[in-house]
Amino acid sequence: MTRKRQRLVILLVALLLGGGATALVLNAFNDNLVFFYSPTDLKTKPVPVGRSLRIGGLVEEGSVKRDSDGVTLHFTVTDLKNRVAVSYSGVLPDLFREGQGVVAEGTLSADGNFQARSVLAKHDERYMPREVAEALKKSGEWHGDDSTAGTTP
Amino acid sequence: MIVELGHYALILAFAVAMLQSTIPVIGAQRNNARWMAVAKPGAITLFLLIAFAFASLMRAHILSDFSVRNVVENSHSLKPMLYKITGLWGNHEGSLLLWVLILAIYGAAVALFGNRLPTRLKARALGVQAMVALGFLAFMLFTSDPFERMFPAPPDGNDLNPLLQDPGLAFHPPMLYLGYVGFSMAFSFAIAALIEGKVDAAWARWVRPWTLAAWIALTAGIGLGSWWAYYELGWGGWWYWDPVENASFMPWLLGTALLHSAIVVEKRDALKAWCILLAILTFGLSLIGTFLVRSGVLTSVHAFALDPARGIFVLALLVLYVGGALALFAWRAPALKGGGLFQPVSREGALLLNNLLLATACATVFIGTLYPLFLDVTGGGTVSVGPPFYNATFLPVILPMLLLMGVGPLLAWKRADLAGALTRLWIAGAAALAIAALTWWLHRGGPLLALVGMAAGSWVAVSVFVELGTRIGIGRNGMATSLRRLFQLPRSAVGMTVAHLGLAIAIFGITGAAAWKEEHVANLAVGQSLDLGAYEFRLDEARRIDGVNYWAYRGRFTVSRDGETVATLYPERRLYWVQHMPTTEAAIHTNGLADLYAVLGEPDGKGGWTVRLYREPLVALIWGGVLVMVLGGLVSLSDRRYRVGAPAQRRAAIATARAA
Repeated sequence: MTRKRQRLVILLVALLLGGGATALVLNAFNDNLVFFYSPTDLKTKPVPVGRSLRIGGLVEEGSVKRDSDGVTLHFTVTDLKNRVAVSYSGVLPDLFREGQGVVAEGTLSADGNFQARSVLAKHDERYMPREVAEALKKSGEWHGDDSTAGTTP
Repeated sequence: MIVELGHYALILAFAVAMLQSTIPVIGAQRNNARWMAVAKPGAITLFLLIAFAFASLMRAHILSDFSVRNVVENSHSLKPMLYKITGLWGNHEGSLLLWVLILAIYGAAVALFGNRLPTRLKARALGVQAMVALGFLAFMLFTSDPFERMFPAPPDGNDLNPLLQDPGLAFHPPMLYLGYVGFSMAFSFAIAALIEGKVDAAWARWVRPWTLAAWIALTAGIGLGSWWAYYELGWGGWWYWDPVENASFMPWLLGTALLHSAIVVEKRDALKAWCILLAILTFGLSLIGTFLVRSGVLTSVHAFALDPARGIFVLALLVLYVGGALALFAWRAPALKGGGLFQPVSREGALLLNNLLLATACATVFIGTLYPLFLDVTGGGTVSVGPPFYNATFLPVILPMLLLMGVGPLLAWKRADLAGALTRLWIAGAAALAIAALTWWLHRGGPLLALVGMAAGSWVAVSVFVELGTRIGIGRNGMATSLRRLFQLPRSAVGMTVAHLGLAIAIFGITGAAAWKEEHVANLAVGQSLDLGAYEFRLDEARRIDGVNYWAYRGRFTVSRDGETVATLYPERRLYWVQHMPTTEAAIHTNGLADLYAVLGEPDGKGGWTVRLYREPLVALIWGGVLVMVLGGLVSLSDRRYRVGAPAQRRAAIATARAA
């Protein structure tokens, strides 16, 4: 095998792998990208029923209700323009609070309720989840950056 | 006063880094020995200055000096001492100081122990190392000064984020940084070699121990982080393909590739340009990780501050270092003369394929991590990429790699006998099929991926032993000869065997945790019990206790199986009163094969508690496997041939002795 041919073979294998990986990635993007919707988006955009998506906003004050089984929760997420009812079974993250930002992942059912599979709390309470801040900015209800300033002096 | 001295030391360090990044490099270019000699004292001075700065900030944290802003914002007089110490790097400025300190430690280590390195290579490598330090010192001094004073000094501090008040903080960040920053050494050597225009077996031998040390630390750091995320509820479990986790995983994947390609450079004098490219990209990914985590583009517990100016500064450093290095690579790499040709079926062929697969796997993770950011910046909407994406892209690439892992070590250098290797591996193939069948039978089908995972783990584990057996000639020689050969194996070979075995163990753990996790969430009153599989969890009590800087409800679960008590678990629900922040402390009992995991949720006000119980089979093997991989790395690192300061003469003497 000459040097040229060896280089060609290596290049072909690399291309094959790269091409295969690209195909896998594109295919996975088709099925597995999770889009974010604000409550207003849910009202105004067509939303596929049954597909995994994320919603976010503020937990409406006084909206958290617990079923008699003690495990299933119902609450309303709002961007102060529109709202969506969410139900979730399980232990809430430590930072879940009425009036605070929240992001939930799950599916929209046909009746317009959101069935959350997980409620995310990867932020500490000094920060607003970024998606939520964006959603509030879009709905025009954003008041200043003081809640996202974090520890920056 | 000492705080100001620390600040001053940091500024001096900046000046020293400036000298060290220019004079030795110019000296190497002009072949001026005295200019090159600046590198060694420079690196040591740089280390001493940064260590002093670090110590002075540490002192402020330990003594709770609330005139320092960094202490005020991250400490509280009641905080336990462990977290006063570790809280230093539990924030943006302090963690950067740790980053730079570790960079300086590596530099000083090369200066002190690299006596046998060629003067020019050493001068250049230390110069490049100082250039990296220079950028990050500038970043600290201009945007993230840890020594800023606060006047008037408040009576007490704001306390550290309670999520970070965990022993994990003591080990996870320093280990991770030792790994991230350790790859700067490979980077510096690569740039030095590019300037020199020469890469040879000796170069690979010098780079290998540094790369290996970084790899060991990064492996341990990722393992610790994953363990922390596992026992801390709400972080998504031991691995969630979170961008921050990926940020540490990408350099690990490429670093692993680098480790393997350096072997080819050393043994066969081939793949040089590729190896250099990997060294650049690995450190580049470490920098990208720092950027992702520190810039605040990702929201997570790791993003200490959301300040765009800092993000742009890190991005600029990233472009400067990686862009500059790649430009240099494009210019100089053609000058690196490739070594001999090689056959596709050979050890080097297998290592090359391993490299391509690892790089491809890394690319899929890279796309999944950065695509949402890209889409966000271009206005394409907010999306997130979760575990299903990685299951569909990463796994199909990494599975052939595992298959190859069994075969590769059995192939000889130059030209190998694939059929022979496969014949010897029949037992590994049989074991894989048997384990898959057994799993299928035990779990009445079980998810397909679980069968594949168990088979892959068995394949790798058994093939590791087949390779070891072949190497020591089991069956061909007598038992005594084989044993003698076992003890005479070079440490690097033993290290490989152990590390590969560690991966196999981790695969079993990953498969078990992903496939057979049992979960039960319920509302439970004190005295009631709940069944989870064969186990019965009884909530005996939930009472209030007081901690140093929090109060908590502590539950007591008695876990029994067939009437016999297996474990008592004490999960807690804490409220840290300085920041008014609740945290949930899970309680875990492990017997090595399965974990019992209990969480106390919120009370319902009527005497009931939301509780969450898990049984996680095999999950402990993940960290067991990581530990074995780290051990393997350490064994390999202790190989005499790679000992950093190993005198060349002695090596030569041994060679003559062997030849005689």
